[in-house]
Amino acid sequence: MQHLWIIPAFPLLGFLVNGVFGRRRANAFVNAVAIGSVLLSLAWVVKTLMALGSMETAYVERYFTWFQSGDLRIGFDFSVDRLTAVMLLVVTGIGSLIHIYAAGYMAHEGGYYRFFAYLNLFMFFMLVLVLSANYILLFVGWEGVGLCSYLLVGFYFLRKSATNAGMKAFIVNRIGDFGFSLAMFLIVINFGSLDFDKVLPAAAGKPEAVLTAIGLLLLVGAAGKSAQFPLYVWLPDAMEGPTPVSALIHAATMVTAGVYLIARSAAIYTHAPQAMEVVAGIGLLTAAFAATIGLAQNDIKKVFAYSTVSQLGYMFLGLGVGAFSAGIFHLMTHAFFKALLFLGAGSVIHALEGEQDMRQMGGLWNKIPYTFATILCAAVAISGVPPFSGFFSKDAILIAAYEHAPWMYWVGVITAGMTAFYVFRAIFMTFFGTYRGHHHPHESPAVMTIPLMALALLSLGGGFINIPKWLEPIFPLAEKPENFTLMAISVAAGLIGIALAYVLYVLSPRAADSLSAAFGPLYKLIYNKYYVDEIYDAAVVQPTVTASRSVLWKGVDVASIDGLVNGVATLSRWFGGGLKLMQSGNIRSYATWVLFGSIVLIIAVGLMGGGR
Amino acid sequence: MTGVPLSWYLILSAILFVLGVAGFLFRRNIITAFMSIELMLNAVNLTFIAFSYQLQQVDGHLFAFFVMVVAAAEAAVGLAIILTVFKNRNTLNVDEVNSMKY
Repeated sequence: MQHLWIIPAFPLLGFLVNGVFGRRRANAFVNAVAIGSVLLSLAWVVKTLMALGSMETAYVERYFTWFQSGDLRIGFDFSVDRLTAVMLLVVTGIGSLIHIYAAGYMAHEGGYYRFFAYLNLFMFFMLVLVLSANYILLFVGWEGVGLCSYLLVGFYFLRKSATNAGMKAFIVNRIGDFGFSLAMFLIVINFGSLDFDKVLPAAAGKPEAVLTAIGLLLLVGAAGKSAQFPLYVWLPDAMEGPTPVSALIHAATMVTAGVYLIARSAAIYTHAPQAMEVVAGIGLLTAAFAATIGLAQNDIKKVFAYSTVSQLGYMFLGLGVGAFSAGIFHLMTHAFFKALLFLGAGSVIHALEGEQDMRQMGGLWNKIPYTFATILCAAVAISGVPPFSGFFSKDAILIAAYEHAPWMYWVGVITAGMTAFYVFRAIFMTFFGTYRGHHHPHESPAVMTIPLMALALLSLGGGFINIPKWLEPIFPLAEKPENFTLMAISVAAGLIGIALAYVLYVLSPRAADSLSAAFGPLYKLIYNKYYVDEIYDAAVVQPTVTASRSVLWKGVDVASIDGLVNGVATLSRWFGGGLKLMQSGNIRSYATWVLFGSIVLIIAVGLMGGGR
Repeated sequence: MTGVPLSWYLILSAILFVLGVAGFLFRRNIITAFMSIELMLNAVNLTFIAFSYQLQQVDGHLFAFFVMVVAAAEAAVGLAIILTVFKNRNTLNVDEVNSMKY
């Protein structure tokens, strides 16, 4: 026994201690509990993985039967294989760094203990999600991280926009979870089990139509959690939460749960090529679509949010074209550089006392040099500049896409160019030129810059961790010829994007404005995010609200249900009002009624045969 | 069985009963109404005894005794009530004793 349960138990304990006792304790106590629990969890992960060694097959621990119905047994089981190992290290590793960073970032915020309690609860659910050995337990973690996302997006609950964003995240995810639930029902019907080690090996023998249906429904769930088109709308709004939350939950870990789910269910997808095709299509569409929106945003966190949506699209593209290990590889490198981008943005925002609009920034490179240096590492990594981490993973996905369908590769390359452009646009607008704001920028404390440096090292060197090789026992690698031309084209696209951003935002800042003016309507369209939120509002939200108000409230509730209840009462009062007139208080009238009644009775008895 | 036929007793009883009903309905004095009730009870008693004699069974007698016991008890309680009503209201007109209504 490796006692896998200890891994999530530490953050749960941290949550309980901070949640119950944290309110009256000093920040130092809360820090020690929150960061300590995650570090212990990381230590236990490392210890377990060292002890398990190569993990050619999944290592399963079964604790107890959670519930049983007929032949269906759902156990509280954890398992570890090579895929889980990658996820565990990413979650606890990045999680630890972000916890440390948050201690500095949140130092002056109210609700300090509450923030860390939620963050620890999130770590607990995320680890349950990753460790679980069946779909149901995965779903528990899946819903749990959704709950924590809701709580943390709405952390500044006095701000209406924050609570609305939290609710939006929750409600949009319900659509995805509905698909996930249906997929699980289909799995139970067709496989009679929800355990990965029973379902996945049996997938080969099932009819393709069933597997396609399961795959598409799982994709609906994954699209909700991982912010894929058309369910991506909650993620940009989720930036209302504190920046460490954006980095941990909405960039590095939770939003990759959908990628993990699909990679975990790879055995189902490989036997359902049409579902794979849809995964790839959705991924590519999301990648390109979100990247164009990212080109025209002015809020630094919004740029990175659309970038996250776009990069998640890349991961789905990788999964959809069959390069599961490339998708997971990109998941990991993305966790490094996107967490760094967000934490760097957080450091900028911290330096400017809450300013998020890039038009109010500029020239910060020598005022906050550590932040600038580290965020630059993330920017070159995400732009796919060799030999940094993003280059390797993005290249693996793009080459796999080329093998699958060349046009997907070309769309991916254009998206890569746009990615490089908008990230460097953000860098140039923030750090170059002259300062346009009116705060006094100050470098963040060491507790924030040291995690930034650690992530910068990972962003630069993370590409040399050969994830596809490591995952080979789970996702066999197809023998692919090295294609330097394709590699050079995608690198060139990234470099052109960077160069274009440099020209437009550093060399001649006027050019950007005249360019956006030249493409007026188009610019307005992407600046307003293709009006997707407005379309959803008009097509889904308003009809629901109107129908609820006029039919369900005014019609069903007020008219029918209340009408029935009030009608019964009115009828009895009306009937009683007639009957009460008999109670005149006059004895002789009572006697008359008695006499009248007796006569009626006698006549009735007589008519019925004299009572014999 | 010779002598007075059963039907005569029943007719007498019916006449007495109807007189009692009419008295109760048309007289306003409580004591008269009370006496009308006694009249009705005794009309019923007469019927019981007549049938008992006709059928040569003792059940009718038994019932007659019960009715007499009830009538005696009723007289005791009823007269007490009437006295109290008179003390409080200074009248014995039933039409004026009508405060128990909706």
